[in-house]
Amino acid sequence: MGIIKASKLVHEFIRRDEEGNVESITTALDQVDLDVKEGQFIAILGHNGSGKSTLAKHINALLAPTEGSLWVDGMDVQKEENVIPVRKTAGMVFQNPDNQIIASVVEEDVGFGPENIGVPTDEIWQRVEKSLAAVGMTKYRNHSPNKLSGGQKQRVAIAGVMAMEPKCIVFDEPTAMLDPNGRREVIRAAHELNREKGVTIILITHYMEEVVDAVYIYVMEKGKIIMDGTPRQIFARVEELKAHRLDVPQATLVADELRRAGLDIPAGILTRRELVEAILSVRESRRG
Amino acid sequence: MSIILDKVNFSYSEGTAYHIQALKDVSLEIPDGQFIGVIGHTGSGKSTLTQLMNGLLRATSGSIYVDGEDIYDRDYNMKELRHRVGLVFQYPDHQLFETTNFEDVCFGPKNQGLDRKEVELRAYEALRSVGFPEELYFQPPFDLSGGQKRRVAIAGVLAMKPKVLILDEPTAGLDPAGRDEILGLVSKMHRELGITIILVSHSMEDVARYVERLIVMNRGSVMFDGTPKEVFPHYKELEEVGLAAPQVTYLMHELRRFGLNVDTGATTVKEAAADILRALQNEGQRK
Repeated sequence: MGIIKASKLVHEFIRRDEEGNVESITTALDQVDLDVKEGQFIAILGHNGSGKSTLAKHINALLAPTEGSLWVDGMDVQKEENVIPVRKTAGMVFQNPDNQIIASVVEEDVGFGPENIGVPTDEIWQRVEKSLAAVGMTKYRNHSPNKLSGGQKQRVAIAGVMAMEPKCIVFDEPTAMLDPNGRREVIRAAHELNREKGVTIILITHYMEEVVDAVYIYVMEKGKIIMDGTPRQIFARVEELKAHRLDVPQATLVADELRRAGLDIPAGILTRRELVEAILSVRESRRG
Repeated sequence: MSIILDKVNFSYSEGTAYHIQALKDVSLEIPDGQFIGVIGHTGSGKSTLTQLMNGLLRATSGSIYVDGEDIYDRDYNMKELRHRVGLVFQYPDHQLFETTNFEDVCFGPKNQGLDRKEVELRAYEALRSVGFPEELYFQPPFDLSGGQKRRVAIAGVLAMKPKVLILDEPTAGLDPAGRDEILGLVSKMHRELGITIILVSHSMEDVARYVERLIVMNRGSVMFDGTPKEVFPHYKELEEVGLAAPQVTYLMHELRRFGLNVDTGATTVKEAAADILRALQNEGQRK
């Protein structure tokens, strides 16, 4: 079993009126199966309301399944005694950095988590040191978080999660509120954690450009997983992605246009470099 | 309605240790009916610029003329200016507060001192032009999706019938579908209502697709001002200030480097694809 495993996971939001009668039921997750191996970098795509965040909140035991099961590192999240260990295993970074920074000095903010779980003081400082270094924010350890840019704040938030030493981190749209520079910083930090510390990463986003380096992608819509595969398999299905109103990297779109105009361009182009190579090889073959 | 900024300077907290010069000698002319994009990284002065244009901030020095009138003139009707230059803030949907969506849209025109009939008429008109579903008019705003909330917020500004509409990152936090809807809507309002649109954005791909003129801000000054085709070839300079050109611009430059004779000014997917085909065709013919 992988570090995160969901089997037929269902979550229903039930709205009640003032008398407590059920007014409406929204199925946010509908029979979701997921299997993430330890050390993987996977991505979950989908637009607003597709159920991505609901899924993320299950992984962190913030929500409990209505039906089906979910195991985090082999622990069943439904069991009351597993809630705290699950949260220690799977950390979470949210969309808005301003909502998750609480201290007035960067290093204190990073130390807040480990202090809460009763880590001895010496070790807290060691963890703060390591976490800040891992996201490249050591220089700002004595700064006030208020004066940092969005990308820097988000990196402090990541360091705060890191300091809890989770095996897995769920990033729930960590870049939605950042400018292009901030976005790059955060995605780079996530990849480094994955590569260097072996942390399992689950990246939830709607920016396609951010997921091309993931090993596996799940696409969600209306609470269901509607596509899954490697980035190359997913992005080969341009028409389908567009029909689900998802964004496709521009290089993939140009490749698709060219292919439809009759050029011999392979499906599933993800990056600019691949596209340039494909176009040049078309040109070669025409010359030859 | 034209807006002219003449050597405008603006500083926050002047005379204190926190003094920041947010705008330096900015001169711009914004003629009637343009669709303008303003880009710049965080702290480049974009938001300061938009707030000066509708009189929320007062320039430290320099002048601003709206329709030829100096807005810092003592007799100038500043309140009137704020109705004519509508400003939609970032996350405007956080500011919805009335009990129904319809009432929320009524708030602006009501404040303009219009009678109830006119207020309601304008609210209907505004909600219709943003394509807001009728069955939700009298529902509370809190249960709406992000995209729908944003529509209500934009309608609230539209109901004041502004001549210029400034939108500060209208798509922040929305998914691709929501983003395309809102930008499509803005573009439609520009076409159909003929109002001037100033769109502040982080996304180069978006501005490349929609705007006719692009103003790039950096450290409080105008760095570039021209059509997207004129601005994006400066992608190296843009990168140095933390911005980037659309992905296709890079693609075209790389192809050029390999000797394929493509137009490096292409800024959208369609333009790029068409031009690559053309360039390959031409090569074939020459042979």
